[in-house]
Amino acid sequence: MSEPLLKVEHLDVGFKNRKSFVKILDDVSFDIQPGETVCIVGESGCGKSLTSLAIMGLLPPGGRIAGGKIIYNHEDLTKKSAKEMSNIRGNEISMIFQEPMTSLNPVHTIGKQVAEAILIHQSVSKKEAWDRAIELLRLVGIPSPEARVKNYPHEMSGGMRQRVMIAMALACRPKLLIADEPTTALDVTIQAQILEQMNELKKRFGMAILMITHDLGVVSEMADKVIVMYAGKVVETTDTKRLFQNPRHPYTQGLIASMPRLDKEVDELPIIPGNVPAPEDMPTGCRFSTRCPFATELCRTKAPGLYGDEAHRVSCWMYTNEWAGGGQEHATGETIKL
Amino acid sequence: MIVILFIVSVIIFSLVNVLPGDPARLMLGQEATPEALAALRKEMGLNDPLYIQYLHWVGNILHGDFGYSLRDHSPVLKTLLQKIPVTLELTFFSFVVAILIALPVGILSATRRGRLSDYLGTFFALSGISLPSFWLGILLIYLFAVKLKWFPPSGYVPLSENFGKSIALMILPAITLGTHLAAELTRMLRSSLLDVLQSDYIRTAYAKGLLERAVVIGHALKNALVPVLTVGGLQLAAFFGGSVITETIFGIPGIGQLVVNAILTRDFPVVQACVLFMAFMVVVINFLVDIAYSIIDPRIKLGEVSKG
Repeated sequence: MSEPLLKVEHLDVGFKNRKSFVKILDDVSFDIQPGETVCIVGESGCGKSLTSLAIMGLLPPGGRIAGGKIIYNHEDLTKKSAKEMSNIRGNEISMIFQEPMTSLNPVHTIGKQVAEAILIHQSVSKKEAWDRAIELLRLVGIPSPEARVKNYPHEMSGGMRQRVMIAMALACRPKLLIADEPTTALDVTIQAQILEQMNELKKRFGMAILMITHDLGVVSEMADKVIVMYAGKVVETTDTKRLFQNPRHPYTQGLIASMPRLDKEVDELPIIPGNVPAPEDMPTGCRFSTRCPFATELCRTKAPGLYGDEAHRVSCWMYTNEWAGGGQEHATGETIKL
Repeated sequence: MIVILFIVSVIIFSLVNVLPGDPARLMLGQEATPEALAALRKEMGLNDPLYIQYLHWVGNILHGDFGYSLRDHSPVLKTLLQKIPVTLELTFFSFVVAILIALPVGILSATRRGRLSDYLGTFFALSGISLPSFWLGILLIYLFAVKLKWFPPSGYVPLSENFGKSIALMILPAITLGTHLAAELTRMLRSSLLDVLQSDYIRTAYAKGLLERAVVIGHALKNALVPVLTVGGLQLAAFFGGSVITETIFGIPGIGQLVVNAILTRDFPVVQACVLFMAFMVVVINFLVDIAYSIIDPRIKLGEVSKG
């Protein structure tokens, strides 16, 4: 395989509490190839957004990278100064956020905000930046951009604002676009449009996308590769096809089973019972063991590593020789009744 | 606006009229004969029904005639016009001082939250609000005028007469008044900035690759200004009411002194004119603040706020 664009290695991120340091992300590793779309899936609070913010160097106050590396272009981003990171942000790596309604500055026109993204990283005149901003807005499908540049964010709909965010993120032709739940706050029809737009722009610019989502529908639409996260840990990574056909981790199986399907009629969608454990009282063993229907004593006492090959890795004891419960049967089963 | 001024004028007029004390007797003194009193009352229209008196009063004001002082019989308007520039100058310099202090201190406090500069800023804000101005004023006079002899202790010279001297005289009173205002504005700016800095669009600004300074000044400050403007506007209006204590300490002949003297001597026409002027300034400043809102924040439409 070629040199990855971004390589996250054993990343630990946590927050400083009053007394102690609470680790949220634990040993997260994955890589993104140039031009590839990678999705991180998981339910709320599993550390998806934190992972993306850590890559951008935009951890919220109190957040800290406690270990591991984020290698981009042979350089470790975790070692970079604020100034060096600001040269990468918006230029090499861009990000769009979940909330288009609040992610644009309400007191500046959208033209100014898009042009600013260009002016920060490129030595062009204000006029050129402004013209480029209009072009970018046209590119992301905003009708009559010449007039719209003078609009303020509150004069636009959520979908339009997200397009503006995308235009802003694409301003400097980044190699990697991080999209943190970009369609969650939008109507379903707008969602589809935005995703289609992103796919098209990705092909056009040859950029890689790291998509954060909890929506498996989005995954199937967009992803080449999927990373399933649970409670701050990567539990399964594989390509999209394999993930849907042969999910291995009980958590992934639960996620897929809880998805509504057109081809099967059910009275009630299965759910995964329980909640993600709080970071302060993580189980000592496998983090999913408190909700896993197959959990054994081994699972509860010892945390599993990531097993499998490049094409499909899973963090579950069932796929190891230590497993005594005959997990192989379950592992090959399509989904498991929970 | 006009409605408000009308209501204010009615209130002022009635207040002065329900106060005890007979203007005619005040003018003529205790020894006046009942005939003279009656004649003067008639001449002043004091025997007319109140609403006629009110209409007279308002009519005269609209013609620029605020009446005559009961004390020295000089036209009130002339006195007022002498005092307004004084108060205006003091207000202006106090605001300059306040903004020069509040902007950097507020920004530093908010961006270095929980660190030394934040604690120093908060300490300044708290002490600035709690220090009484007479104490601060006297302290400043003692230190800078008496001990160090950097500035003259008190007095007033119009700007047009001697520019340098006028400013030198204004510095200490402007610091006295400005410190208090600066403290309030600092507090507002700090909390409002802290709020704004949490918002999503600030994260977006960082994500674009902006450095902290550009984010704070270019993206956060404008958003944080609206509440600061509200407080600033209210204070500005209050300043036009004159700052009696500061004016007294520094011997500045402004509106504050005028109105207090007028009240103490029952010089009703002067009181009425001063209060009306203050009310007028409050209305004007509120209007200007509303306009400023809509310039700062495009979501606030002028048409919706100017009705007030």
